[in-house]
Amino acid sequence: MDTLAAHAASATADDHLTGTLAAKVGHAQMLKGGVIMDVMNPEQARIAQEAGACAVMALERIPADIRQQGGVARMSDPKMIKEIKAAVTIPVMAKCRIGHTVEAQILEAIDIDYIDESEVLTPADDVHHVNKNKFKVPFVNGCRNLGEALRRIAEGAAMIRTKGEAGTGNVVEAVRHAKAVQSEIRRLQSMDEDELYVYAKDIQAPLSLVKKTKELGRLPVVNFAAGGVATPADAALMMQLGMDGVFVGSGIFKSGNPKKRAEAIVKAVTHYNDPKMLAEISEDLGEAMVGINSGEGYIMFCNRDS
Amino acid sequence: MAEIVIGVLALQGDFAEHIATLKKCGDVKCREVRKLQDLEGTHGLVIPGGESTVILKLLRDFKLFEHVKAYGSSGIPMFGTCAGCIMLSSSIDGMPEQETLRLGDYSVKRNAYGAQVHSFESHIKGDPAIFGEEPLRAILIRAPMITKCGPNFKILAEHEGHPVLVQQDNILSCTFHPEITGDARIHKYFVELVKQKQMAYKS
Repeated sequence: MDTLAAHAASATADDHLTGTLAAKVGHAQMLKGGVIMDVMNPEQARIAQEAGACAVMALERIPADIRQQGGVARMSDPKMIKEIKAAVTIPVMAKCRIGHTVEAQILEAIDIDYIDESEVLTPADDVHHVNKNKFKVPFVNGCRNLGEALRRIAEGAAMIRTKGEAGTGNVVEAVRHAKAVQSEIRRLQSMDEDELYVYAKDIQAPLSLVKKTKELGRLPVVNFAAGGVATPADAALMMQLGMDGVFVGSGIFKSGNPKKRAEAIVKAVTHYNDPKMLAEISEDLGEAMVGINSGEGYIMFCNRDS
Repeated sequence: MAEIVIGVLALQGDFAEHIATLKKCGDVKCREVRKLQDLEGTHGLVIPGGESTVILKLLRDFKLFEHVKAYGSSGIPMFGTCAGCIMLSSSIDGMPEQETLRLGDYSVKRNAYGAQVHSFESHIKGDPAIFGEEPLRAILIRAPMITKCGPNFKILAEHEGHPVLVQQDNILSCTFHPEITGDARIHKYFVELVKQKQMAYKS
């Protein structure tokens, strides 16, 4: 929608102005209809690029391993991120801990293309998020509902994703979060302008962004699915729920045949509305990641912040 | 005159933004193109912004590459922005392994301005005969640069001495993203190009 630019139009242009909201939001618009894949080394990054990833997320431990190994999960080694950057031509993202402004500064200093302020890492601040408006590099944040999405956008997030439940191979939380946002937007669109003041208060979001969302009929930035996507059908499901694209974390490199599965998920995001194509795409992919259901020692990453 | 149908390649990227902008250009119908049958009956094709490696791979995987190449070679208008501009080029500097459609006689350098933190916006002046005096708001996102351009290309806009909007007959290439600014002037120009070609076919 060129309507996203209407939101971004608040940036004032100059002859050569970097780090504007339009440049940040616009970058996410170029990722639409694409798949962003978690990778742990240059070799995996190359496989992801060849399979059709529109970006990669560089991290030392994928969420499934963080879940299993426990301990404090932090930003990855900048050296490792730089090696991945050197291995591919597509954009490279990396994660910083929630509220860890310095990890974000370090990632910006090594020219990372996008920062994911992620609940998958152990939060550094249990109250505040990073003030992302102060950065030239764009940020993506997770959300479970509309209020959370708009709070992150107010802090400067240029892209939103569902939180889902990373590292589980279980798509149920991603579906819950996507549907929550979409149904809240539909409700918002049916409201009278007079009702917006209380609604903004109720969902704890800035009134200006509530109004903007009502006007656009969608979030004012790109919204991807994330957290538990493991199969082409999962990816297509999230697209049918109105997501702009898909993050796949552990689902690829924890599966039996990463290259084949990665290619299939990319194709499924393009043909998400074509069951016949999806049937073809889903054939013979080998074993999906095992998947984890909630149980002993299971931490809900998605409830770590709000 | 029969209805004009413009296809927008919808494999990956900001095709929805192109469709929204084309809808501001008067009486045109837009169609998302994912398969060969979607391409049939269109009078022009847009290749959107996105990741050129992804668009190339999916053109190959879905067996569209040769058809899209033949489509452009036959003289039907095509408009590419950013990744689309890379796809229409004849070659990519330093990356001979990445194939292009070779429909435009120009070469590009990918990510010529650097990583995302160097993405920028600028007000640039387009050809006044087409775009008037009001500058175009250009947003360059990990943008390519047109490094060499054949003699038959018209440069319709420049930024800091580099062409950013060029045209050779039916091929219109743009290194920035008019589709995300809400300014439809370049899209209107493309729609005019499509209409002119249709008139020429009929006469």
